[in-house]
Amino acid sequence: MSSNETILNSFRSGPDEEGAFGHFGGRFVAETLMPLILELEQAYETAKKDEDYARELNDLAKHYAGRPSPLYYAPRLTEHFANLSTTGGGAKIYFKRDELNHTGSHKINNTLGQILLARRMGKKRIIAETGAGQHGVATATVAARFNMECVVYMGATDIERQAPNVFRMKLLGATVIPVTAGTGTLKDAMNEALRDWVANVDNTFYLIGTAAGPHPYPAMVRDFQSVIGNEVREQIMEAEGRLPDSLVACIGGGSNAIGLFHPFLDDKSVEIYGVEAAGKGVETGEHAASLNGGKPGVLHGNRTYLLQDEEGQITDAYYISAGLDYPGIGPEHSWLKERGRVNYGSVTDNEALDAFQLCTKLEGIIPALEPAHALAFVEKLAPTLPRDHLLVMNMCGRGDKDVFAVAGYLGVEL
Amino acid sequence: MITTRIDKRFAALKSEGRAAFVSFITAGDPDMKTSLELMKKLPGAGTDVIELGMPFSDPMADGPAIQLSSQRALKAGQTMAKTLDMVREFRKTDEDTPIILMGYYNPIYVYPANKFLNDALNAGVDGLIIVDLPPETDDELCLPARDVGINFIRLATPTTDEKRLPAVLKNASGFLYYVSIAGITGTAAPDPGMVHKAVAAIKQRTDLPVAVGFGVKTRQQVREIAKGADGVVVGSAIVSAIADSLDSKGFATSETVARPLALVKELSGGVFDILEG
Repeated sequence: MSSNETILNSFRSGPDEEGAFGHFGGRFVAETLMPLILELEQAYETAKKDEDYARELNDLAKHYAGRPSPLYYAPRLTEHFANLSTTGGGAKIYFKRDELNHTGSHKINNTLGQILLARRMGKKRIIAETGAGQHGVATATVAARFNMECVVYMGATDIERQAPNVFRMKLLGATVIPVTAGTGTLKDAMNEALRDWVANVDNTFYLIGTAAGPHPYPAMVRDFQSVIGNEVREQIMEAEGRLPDSLVACIGGGSNAIGLFHPFLDDKSVEIYGVEAAGKGVETGEHAASLNGGKPGVLHGNRTYLLQDEEGQITDAYYISAGLDYPGIGPEHSWLKERGRVNYGSVTDNEALDAFQLCTKLEGIIPALEPAHALAFVEKLAPTLPRDHLLVMNMCGRGDKDVFAVAGYLGVEL
Repeated sequence: MITTRIDKRFAALKSEGRAAFVSFITAGDPDMKTSLELMKKLPGAGTDVIELGMPFSDPMADGPAIQLSSQRALKAGQTMAKTLDMVREFRKTDEDTPIILMGYYNPIYVYPANKFLNDALNAGVDGLIIVDLPPETDDELCLPARDVGINFIRLATPTTDEKRLPAVLKNASGFLYYVSIAGITGTAAPDPGMVHKAVAAIKQRTDLPVAVGFGVKTRQQVREIAKGADGVVVGSAIVSAIADSLDSKGFATSETVARPLALVKELSGGVFDILEG
C-alpha cells in the first residue's frame, strides 16, 4: 500500500488544506479576520514542528495541569451494570480521569497549548467565550500564569446560573463581559468574542474553547485534546494488555470527545460513541443535540450540523445546565457521523441527573453534568455488552460547579 | 461580462462627477409593510444604491444597531421569501435603482443556494454582499452568482494587505466595498485620510468602483469620504433612526418612514456638496 492510499483510507488525516473534513469545516469568516486565521494557521504549523514548543507544553501539562490523568477502573459501576444485564453481560468500565486536571476539566489541555502559541505570536491580550465557565476559568488561569490581559465573554443567562465560575475568573484577574445580545448564552458569547476580535486585530488572540470555529481551530483544539486518547492508549495497554473495545464521551462542541476518539479512529475494532444532550427529549425540540436533531449549515466560521429553523435562523439549544448547550458541533464530528465511524446517541436531562447521583454514590466521584450524560449512555450500553468488553468513558469534568443546579433539580435548598 | 444595474449606475454617477450614496436597511424592520414603504421612498430621498439586509439570528460582523434591526425583522416574521417579495414589489415601480442583498451565508445555504440565486435574479436583485464568504469560499456562491449575472460584491478591509488584495479582487464584480475600520458596523468612526489612502491603493489594482462603509453617520463624514471614493454606505445610522421612531412595544409609528428618510436626505447631501464646491 502506498502512503497515499494509507492517507485516503485513514480517518485521521483531516482536515485538508482548506480546513475541510469532507464537506464540513472550512473558513467562513469576515474578510477582516481572514488574514488573522491564516497567520494563526501558519504560526501553529511552525510551532507543531518546534521541539522547544512541545517540550514546554509537555512540561506544563505535567507539572502545572497534572498530566497524565489516571485511567481508573470503576469496580462498583462495573458490578452495577452487570447486575442490570438480563443476558449475563456488563462491560468492564474505565474512567479517564480528566476531571482531576488543574481547573477541573479537560479544558486546560487546550488553553495551555493556545496560550503558548499566543505568546509566540507576540499577542498580549486573550479573549475567550464560555458557557458553563469551565473554558473561561481554564483561559483565565493560563492568562494569569502567563501575565496576559484576559477578557471572557459569557452569556448573561449563563452568568446567573454559573456564579461560582464567574467569581473564579474574576479572582484570576479576567474581565468577564456579560452578553445580552441574542439569548445570552454560549453562541451569543461566541458572536461577541468574534466582534471583539474584529475590532482588536493587532494585539488580540482569540482562544476558542472547543473543536469548532474556522480552520485551524477545529484541528488545533483536537490536537491539544488528543493527549487524552494518547494517554488512554498507553494506560489501557498497561492495565489490560490490549486496546479498549469501546469509547464513550459527551459532546457539546465536542472537544473532549474528539480528544479521546481521534487516536483510535483507525483502530477498526474500537467502537466509538458520542453522547449529545437531549434536554427534555430530542422530539420536544428542547435539546442541544445538533447531530441528532439538527441539519448542516454555516455558523461561527465552519460548516457543520446546527440547530436551526427552516429559514436557516439558528435556534437555541436547551440543556439542564450550561456547557453542552451550543447549537453547533465541531465539524470533524459532523464528518465522522456522515462517514459512520462514530455513533452519536443522546440522553435526557433526567437520565443524566440519575447518572450523576449513581456515580457519586457508587464510585465517590462527583461528575460534571456533561460527563454524567456520557455515563447515562454507558448505563444503557454496558448491560448489552459481554463481561470482558473494555469500555473507556471520558470523565471530562468534575461536578463541583453543578452541585447548586443539581440541588435545585432535586428540590433541595442549600 | 453582463452589464448590471450596478455597473450602469456607477458609470452614470462617474460622468456626473460624484460618488454614490448607498443606503442600508434591514428587510422587514420593523415590519414588512413599513420596510417596503421606506425602501420605495429611498431613491427619492437621495439613495443611489439600496443595500437590503437579509436578517439573521447571529450577525457576527454587525454592531448593536444592525443586530437589533435584524431581531426586530425576525420577530415580525420576516423570511427570505418575503425579502425577495419586497424586491419584486420595488421593481414594479423602479427599474433602475440597484438592489444589493447583504447578509450571512446560512439562510442562503439552506434555501438552497442555486434556487436562491435564481429567485433573487427573477425578483430583480443585482448584487450580493455575504459577510462570511471570503474569497477562499468562492465556489459556494460567488462563482455561481456570476454565472447567473448577479454581482458578488467583495469586501476589502484594513487587514487586507497588498499580498492578499489580488485574491480579494479576483472574482469581485459590481463594486468593491472598502470596510473603513477594523471592527463591526456602526461603531468606531473612520479616519478619512487613512480611508482615501487605502482606496487609492485599491484603485491602482482594479477598475471597479470602490464604495466605503462602516461607521459613517454624519453629512460631514459622507462629504469627506466621498472626496476619495466612488460611493459611501450608511447603515447603522439609518436603522437607528427606525429604532428611535418605534412605540414602546416596538411597533411602527407615523414617524417610522419619515425619520430615516429625513436622515437619508440630510446625509446624501454630502455626496453633492463636492459638486457645489
